[in-house]
Amino acid sequence: MTSLLEQPGYDEEKLQMVAEQLLCREDQAGLLLSLMGQPQQYCYPSIFIYGHQASGKSHVMHVMLKELELPHAIISCVECVSSSLLFELVLFSFFGSEASSLLPRSPSLSDFVRIYRQQCLQAPATQTRYIVMEKAELLRDADANLLPALLRLQELVEDNVSVILLSEISWDKFRPNTGCFEPLLLHFPDYSKGDLHQILSQDSHPKYSDDFYSSYINILLGVFYTVCRDLRELRHLVRHTHTHTGRQRHTHSQHSEDFTQHTHTHTEDFTLLKETDTHKLWRNIEPHLKKAMQTVYLREVSSVQWEQMQQMEEKEAGALRGLSAHTHVELPYYSKFLLVAAYLASYNPARTDRRFFLKHHGKIKKTNFLKKNEKTSNHLLGPKPFPLDRLLAIFYSVVDSRVAPTASIFSQISSLVTLQLLTQVSHDDQLDAPKYKCAVSLDFICAISRTVNFEIVKYLYDFL
Amino acid sequence: MSKRKVKDSHLPVGECITEVQSILRERLCCNLHPDKPEEIEAQHKHLLELLKRTVIHGESNSVLIVAPRGAGKTMLLKCVLRDLLQEKEAEKSLLQVHLNGLLQTDDRIALKEITRQLHLENVVGDKVFGSFAENLAFLLEALKKGDRSSSRPVLFILDEFDLFAHHKNQTLLYNLFDVAQSAQAPIAVVGLTCRLDVLELLEKRVKSRFSHRQIHLLSTLTFCQYVQRVQTQLSLPENFPDKKFGQEWNKSITTLCKDASVEEVLRRHFNTSKDFRSMHALLMLCLSRVSVSKPVLKPADVLEASKLRFADAKGNMLHGLSILELCLIIAMKHLNDVYEDEPFNLQMVHNEFKKFLQRKSNSMYNFEQPVIMKAFEHLQQLELIRPVDSSTAKIQKEYQLMRLMLNHSQIMEALQKYPQCPTDVKQWAKSAFA
Repeated sequence: MTSLLEQPGYDEEKLQMVAEQLLCREDQAGLLLSLMGQPQQYCYPSIFIYGHQASGKSHVMHVMLKELELPHAIISCVECVSSSLLFELVLFSFFGSEASSLLPRSPSLSDFVRIYRQQCLQAPATQTRYIVMEKAELLRDADANLLPALLRLQELVEDNVSVILLSEISWDKFRPNTGCFEPLLLHFPDYSKGDLHQILSQDSHPKYSDDFYSSYINILLGVFYTVCRDLRELRHLVRHTHTHTGRQRHTHSQHSEDFTQHTHTHTEDFTLLKETDTHKLWRNIEPHLKKAMQTVYLREVSSVQWEQMQQMEEKEAGALRGLSAHTHVELPYYSKFLLVAAYLASYNPARTDRRFFLKHHGKIKKTNFLKKNEKTSNHLLGPKPFPLDRLLAIFYSVVDSRVAPTASIFSQISSLVTLQLLTQVSHDDQLDAPKYKCAVSLDFICAISRTVNFEIVKYLYDFL
Repeated sequence: MSKRKVKDSHLPVGECITEVQSILRERLCCNLHPDKPEEIEAQHKHLLELLKRTVIHGESNSVLIVAPRGAGKTMLLKCVLRDLLQEKEAEKSLLQVHLNGLLQTDDRIALKEITRQLHLENVVGDKVFGSFAENLAFLLEALKKGDRSSSRPVLFILDEFDLFAHHKNQTLLYNLFDVAQSAQAPIAVVGLTCRLDVLELLEKRVKSRFSHRQIHLLSTLTFCQYVQRVQTQLSLPENFPDKKFGQEWNKSITTLCKDASVEEVLRRHFNTSKDFRSMHALLMLCLSRVSVSKPVLKPADVLEASKLRFADAKGNMLHGLSILELCLIIAMKHLNDVYEDEPFNLQMVHNEFKKFLQRKSNSMYNFEQPVIMKAFEHLQQLELIRPVDSSTAKIQKEYQLMRLMLNHSQIMEALQKYPQCPTDVKQWAKSAFA
């Protein structure tokens, strides 16, 4: 924090304000501020900041630029689908609406630089102007000349302007092939467990004591830290599980009431117990947090649904069917068999078809059937393409009754393709011998075959 | 009055530092041009002579300045222009047109820009009228009407020349070189590029009209000169307001450059690249560490700055992964070891990870498939793994073939640095065959 406060040229109170808002990012902010220098001094033409998701890159920039009242334009590259939007935003935030209206209808970089220079003659920079590009990795997909031009914008417009790029991806993957002006690279390291704990316990609930809240955060981090270090994700989880904790504490008090009746102790200082007994809290909370990992973390159950579940006492968390449970699709009878046949065709080698699907196949040598060299199963490698003929052959063998190859059967195949349960592999020919792949999971096909009383596992080569 | 004088020669430390920062920042960031070009006197002289011939004698010329990035092409050109404009005749009559390949991405835009910069008749305010063909005809007409003796010389400067060669039919280059070659208005075309094979990009008819005069700025910098340059870049000028502070600063810089550890750092930088830009970036990082409480540059500052410059980006990113993601990367590494150069999919990685879990009989990392998928997708988002072919919609996510964008040593190094890495994971990573 000291390094942040030392920078001359800025209002000290404001610096203090900034420092208060940037928890655990003092070093980075201090370095950044010292690189930016005093407002009227020149800053390096471009600075590239990289770090993981939710490591405070945008936050630091926002807070510093806003609080210190530096002229800036913050641009999200997701929003700026065309570069003209970008130019407009930059001109608007530096010179006001008149400047941005000067841009022609589909402006090129040349127009932008020309208008910028013009405006600059009227209003030269007294302070460094900053252009912050968020999600800068999308700049690589924009026009090839945009990124190199932005990196040397200071030289092109001859103004005290600095471009700051924020991204999750390291600079190596940005470099254009003929090179460009190299920016200064800054890394925002990930938050350590302690940092996360400190930040998360900031927004504690006023109803409970800080210690209680921090022990709760501890438990949450204990469960989720191995999987997720994203601060935003964790905060989302905290927000949606802590109502539960509150309630849990109440039920917990009932539990402990039972408990105390049994043991005949602690009946008096019961309120003290419920706040400090972290072990019991942990025992009650942990299974719920584990369930939250499978539901809320994966967005299977939306946070609103989760809240509702917490309200209803009886309903267990996760009892509500999540998003993935809705993948069950109602299909016509023959479509189901077609899908089953497609799955079998995709995951079985063609040479085993005789053994599986021919009624009187004669003798097949076992050694021939189970080849040694095929160790890796198809369920590891993914589905293989198959021709339509094979699909139909398996289909007739699987369906017990006689089915006429009517137009409806063929249209069902193509409708399975439009439902994306099958994918057509090669687009060379629509009519003549098309090839397909089956694009459903094993669970899905098991569920389907169960509805038509077909034991698919018996017919799968991998599970023999 | 006398009080003022005393104040002038002895500023408080804060103001001195502000002044130092202002001067040095301007020098490092905006690439202020030195009074005298160093080590490129020959090129400087050559170019100056050439441009003088255009300006004074009305001779048309074309030249390419070829050098790697950050080798001082623009600096050379700016120095030459500054010296050229000191001539009375040049100052009076020379017209300059600055074009940049990054900005003028096609001939239409470039043509408008030329018309605008030459203030021709079809410009009102700064709007240019007429279609592309009209503009071109108008411009050519204007250039053709002139002759060697009477019309004003025009200097065309094409920055990022190689990008102009990608324009359709290279119309602009053809016309410029054509005017330069025939007896029309005197023009000089100066191209700046970092591509050595730039002549191969030109069409035959364009190439034949180009004079094939090239100026190469290939660095012949020795290490001593490099250190010298660092020292001059950091030294304060003579006219620094506080003389005493300036002298002390310069003295401290001299001692700094003689320091053994600093020399080692500089040598490392010198060995990686000799260009000025990366040197400036390093010095900028050093300079940012100078503050009121620490008004001199110490060797430690240089060390810290070089540490920042040489930080390994991928290692940094690996440091921030969760344990699950790290485990997936180790599984991928094993897959790469066993099946050399074969791409993998999520199923294989998960299978490999399961093998590890079975061996360890450790339930701590028993995650569901969707949780693992989420971690896998995060790795893809960070571009640590990349799909082999980009047809994403056609195939299920778990069977999409991927390649790992890390090598063996990067993973092992990251594991060493990883905070509180579980021992069994470390051992698993070390065992070559799982």
